Amino acid sequence: MNKVISRTVRLLLPLFAIAALSGCSSIEPWVKPYERDKLADPIMALDGDPVSTAYIQHVFEAREGARGGEGAAGGGCGCN
Amino acid sequence: MIRRVLTFAALLMAFSATHAGVLPDDRADVLYHLYDGGGVQIDGPSVLVRKKAGKSLSFVGNYYVDMISSASIDVVTTASPYTEERKQWSLGMDYLRGNTTMRVNYTTSEESDFDAETVSFSVSQDMFGDLTTVTLSYALGDDLVRRSDDPTFKRPLDRQIYGVGFTQILTKKLISSLNIETITEEGYLNNPYRSVRYFDAGSASGYSFEPELYPNTRTSNAVGLRLRYFLPYRAALEGEYRFFTDTWDIEGHTGSLSYIHPWKDFTFTGKFRYHDQTGAHFYRDLFPGPQATNFRGRDKELSALTSYTFKLQAAYEFLNDDGNDTWGFIKRAKVTASLNILSVDYHEFSDLTAQEVIGSEPLYQLDANIFQIYFSFFY
Repeated sequence: MNKVISRTVRLLLPLFAIAALSGCSSIEPWVKPYERDKLADPIMALDGDPVSTAYIQHVFEAREGARGGEGAAGGGCGCN
Repeated sequence: MIRRVLTFAALLMAFSATHAGVLPDDRADVLYHLYDGGGVQIDGPSVLVRKKAGKSLSFVGNYYVDMISSASIDVVTTASPYTEERKQWSLGMDYLRGNTTMRVNYTTSEESDFDAETVSFSVSQDMFGDLTTVTLSYALGDDLVRRSDDPTFKRPLDRQIYGVGFTQILTKKLISSLNIETITEEGYLNNPYRSVRYFDAGSASGYSFEPELYPNTRTSNAVGLRLRYFLPYRAALEGEYRFFTDTWDIEGHTGSLSYIHPWKDFTFTGKFRYHDQTGAHFYRDLFPGPQATNFRGRDKELSALTSYTFKLQAAYEFLNDDGNDTWGFIKRAKVTASLNILSVDYHEFSDLTAQEVIGSEPLYQLDANIFQIYFSFFY
C-alpha cells in the first residue's frame, strides 16, 4: 500500500507543479482559438458517444485481464 | 467476474474525458446492446440523460440493464446454465467555475448475489490557452459478494481508483490524450462459484475440480495514449496504445487503429483492435494436485491470451438545426448502429468440452458478435 501511495504522490507532484505554473505563465498557445476549426469538427471528438464507448470498454474488461488507462470507460454487459 | 468488471465500469465511468471550461452538451441516448458468443447472450437497454441547469451546472443520469443467459465454457464444465439480471443506476453532477470543472458521481448496482456502490470525484483544469486539460480523479468502491445458494455467505470488496489524465492539442489537426490509472483492491476477489482443475488419477477423466482461491489484494497500473489526426480531406484517423501491469503478473499491450469518414449525413467508422497479455502467476489450466499452490485460479480471462476485434459502425443524422426542421426543443438527432466482431485465442485454457484425453485437449477459442443500436438526441 505504501508503494502505491508513494507512486501516486510521485505522479501527482509534477502535476501540481504544472498547475501552479499555469496560473502565472505567459506561454503563448501555439494553436490559436481561430485555428481550431478542424479540431472542433465532430469527427475529432475523442468521445462523441459516451454510452456506447462505456459499454464496449466494459465488454473488453470482462474478456481480458487488463483494465483502465483508456480515459473514458464504464457501463456495459458482463459476460463470462 | 461479471460483477467485478461491471463495478469497474461504474467506477471508470466517472472518469470519462471531458474538456474543462465547457460543460458537456445536453443530450439523451437510448441504447440497446446485444452480446452473443461462447454460449452467452447478454442484452438490455442503457439510457443516459444529461441536462444543464444554469451556466455552471450539468446533471447526468444513467440507467443500465444486463439480462444474462449463460451457458459459457466455464459454466458447462463446472456448473449449470443460468439466467440473471443486473440493474445499475448512476447520477452525476458537473460544476464549472472558470477553467475548472468538478465532477461527482454516485453509482449503485443490484444483482441477486452482488451489491456495489461507488462514489467518485474528479477535477479538470484547462491551461495554456486551453491547449491542455489536466484531470485528477479518485473513486471509492464498496462491494458485497454473496452466493445465491448460501444466504450466510457475504464477503466485502473495497476498491480505489486514482487517475491522472492529460488532453493536449498538439497541432491544428492533431489532438492527444494520456491517461494514467492505478487501481487498488482489497477483499474477496475470486468468483465464489468458480473452480480450478487438478490432476486426479483416481478420476475417470483424469482430473477433478476444487474451488479457486485468489489473493486478497490486487494493484494494477495502466497507461494509455491516444492520438487523433484530421486527414487532408474531411476524415480522421485515430491510434491508441495502452500498457497494463499488475501485482498478479499480468502484463498487457493493447493497440488500435480507427478510421472515421463522414459522407453527407452519415458517418462511417472502421476499427481494428489488438490485445495481448500474459497470464496471472497463480493461473494454471491443470494443477498437479489438490491445493497444489497457495493461490489457484482458472478464470480464462487470467490466462495468457490474444484478442482481435473488428468494428464497423454507421451513424445517420436525421435531424439537425442547419435545416428548418426541428422537433420542438430537440435540435439534432442521430441513429447509430455498430457491430464488433471479437475473437479471443486463449494460450493456456483448454476446451474440456472436446472430451479429449487429459493433456491433449485443444485450446479454447472465443468468437463473439457485439451489436449496438442507439438514438442520440441533442437539445
